[in-house]
Amino acid sequence: MAEVVIDRVTKRFGDVEAVKDVSLTVPSGELVVLLGPTGAGKTTLLRLVAGLEKPDAGIITIDARDATAEPPALRDVSFVFQQYSLYPHLTVYDNLAFPLRAPARRVHEAEIRTRVERVAQLVRIDHKLANSATRLSGGEMQRVAIGRALVRRPAIYLMDEPLSSLDAKLRAELRVELKHIQADLGATMLYVTHDQTEAMTMASRIGILQEGQLVQVGTPQEIYERPVNAYVAARLGSPGINMLPIDALPAKGAPNGAVSVGARTEHVELTPADDGPAEVIMVEHLGSENFLHLRMNGHRLVTLTSPDRQWRPGRRARVSLHQPLYFDAAGCTLAVAQHVNP
Amino acid sequence: MAEIRLDNLQKRFGDFTAVRASSFTIADGEFFVLLGPSGCGKTTTLRMIAGLELPSSGKMLLDGDDVTFKRASERDIGFVFQMFALYPHMNVRSNIGFPLKCQGVPRREIDARVEEVAKLLRIEHLIDRPVSGLSGGDSQRVALGRAIVRKAKAFMMDEPLGALDAEFRHLMCVELRALHDRIHATTVYVTHDQVEAMAMADRIAVMNHGVVDQIATPQEIYDRPRTMHVAGFIGSPPMNFLRFHANVAPGAESVRLNGETIPVPTLHEGVANGDVALGVRPEHVELTDDGGIRGEVFGAEYMGTMQVVTVHTKHGPVKARIPSSRPARIREHVGLRFAKERLVVFDAVSGRALKSCLFEETIRG
Repeated sequence: MAEVVIDRVTKRFGDVEAVKDVSLTVPSGELVVLLGPTGAGKTTLLRLVAGLEKPDAGIITIDARDATAEPPALRDVSFVFQQYSLYPHLTVYDNLAFPLRAPARRVHEAEIRTRVERVAQLVRIDHKLANSATRLSGGEMQRVAIGRALVRRPAIYLMDEPLSSLDAKLRAELRVELKHIQADLGATMLYVTHDQTEAMTMASRIGILQEGQLVQVGTPQEIYERPVNAYVAARLGSPGINMLPIDALPAKGAPNGAVSVGARTEHVELTPADDGPAEVIMVEHLGSENFLHLRMNGHRLVTLTSPDRQWRPGRRARVSLHQPLYFDAAGCTLAVAQHVNP
Repeated sequence: MAEIRLDNLQKRFGDFTAVRASSFTIADGEFFVLLGPSGCGKTTTLRMIAGLELPSSGKMLLDGDDVTFKRASERDIGFVFQMFALYPHMNVRSNIGFPLKCQGVPRREIDARVEEVAKLLRIEHLIDRPVSGLSGGDSQRVALGRAIVRKAKAFMMDEPLGALDAEFRHLMCVELRALHDRIHATTVYVTHDQVEAMAMADRIAVMNHGVVDQIATPQEIYDRPRTMHVAGFIGSPPMNFLRFHANVAPGAESVRLNGETIPVPTLHEGVANGDVALGVRPEHVELTDDGGIRGEVFGAEYMGTMQVVTVHTKHGPVKARIPSSRPARIREHVGLRFAKERLVVFDAVSGRALKSCLFEETIRG
């Protein structure tokens, strides 16, 4: 496993700057997740590391070696695409073994068998090794595709939304499995997703991309608790952060220049009050908790409550905020002393 | 508007029984969700209610009228399948008004009804636009408008949000429920997504292998699941099961698990020397240094203020939802403690929950 360094990399497609002056280090053994909406440049960045695209400016080093000009085959990377692409004429076993049988690698068949079987177990496809690759469900095909990447020990694994085509339950299971496998192997991984749950739960560090720029890099906790701006704040959290104008609620301790306040569910305290400004308009059950939708002076507010609390549509409440986030006119987070040391 | 009653409704396809004798009543104005994995019979049930499939036996009543052998067109039921099916060459107005035009409704009435529906769905500003330029959300609102413009007695929805990504699906759930609260039409909604069901339903029927396992409010189903299938299908992550062999007597207030005594809600039923499963929701698991059940941390998933920690135990993996402030390192050995009053003991052979004082509590709202 190796460290990968992206240094001031820019990539243009015609007039569009897909990646703008991005610098990011993926330390050896870490799982770095690039998070952003469609078009943010995350897949382009991944393809630049793989060598499938050439940067217009900047340098990419893999294991301290300048790889910027190297073709993909020489870079020692494994790529998992969003859409599984298996060899339809081969069995699951042969699909998994394929990367090890490349002429450049020369691995013994006995060693191949050991590694294929181990990986098949990891991705839970070991009961279907003899199946033809076309006779699998979508979830199984994607597990084979992930397995085929894991069977090698490259400098870095590159994964482009590998779980997005799976159903919710399997996705939740594979999230934990993949993270465990990564930690177990000490693998270096650069992982692209638009799913905040994947980013939060799997990443050693998250890089948030916005229109081709890397706006913040940090641990999931840093990104969640101390976002640099409103854009980053809105990327993480379920329910999403409530963005309100500063005068929507009496704000004690708002820093100078604050024009909006960002209230996550843990910042919001509701007190039942018949004359309160907020009205419950909907209760959404999650089971363990409820999403409470409120309307307050024309603003919407969504927060989590315990199902034990008797909130019903039509009930009114007073709302107070505890240590919320504050943003200036440009959307940048304003420092408040207590946020620095939570 | 209508009440829908199913009386021993059954459907066989050859030797295969898709739906086994189901009887239940969907109240007038209710948002009723049929939930289950693929192949559980939920869509077949919906199609029988709609009249697209004739039952092999049993009766179906719509507002007290026996409609068992009436065709779909005679039942006055509106449909929403996957929502994107719009007529691309028509504008929003013509798309929404199309079902009325087919019925020969006069032009002026069509216009009035389309405008009313557009207002309800908050798309009145788009009414003369072509549908090709609409965003995904607006396209779906138009498709929904086309279904509700007919003022049918009831609406059938078959996985209408299935094709959407998670964030948008959630947004549409909130909107659909808000729409239901405005028009109060009896709605039967089929999905395999428990999050959708929990978020929208007045009541949920959880189905498995053609059988309705449980019908109740979302919170009731979550707190007091009647079967292991229901318990394991609902919640994310779903309920944990610790499987073991035991002798449980009626009146017992604890179970013995690997030499440990685990207090449980007083049981009214027993299992004589058989396989049982202890069901515990992730938020009712605590990590402690001295807990009786021990295991090794397999992974920790950060979720903001809370995290989900997976612990491998001798009785299978257990997930705990705990505050993120409590560190959990991979391979760390930990003890587990459970919130006694919330535990469910299942007969692991039949999958049925043993009756206990948990099931006697008055239903929370």
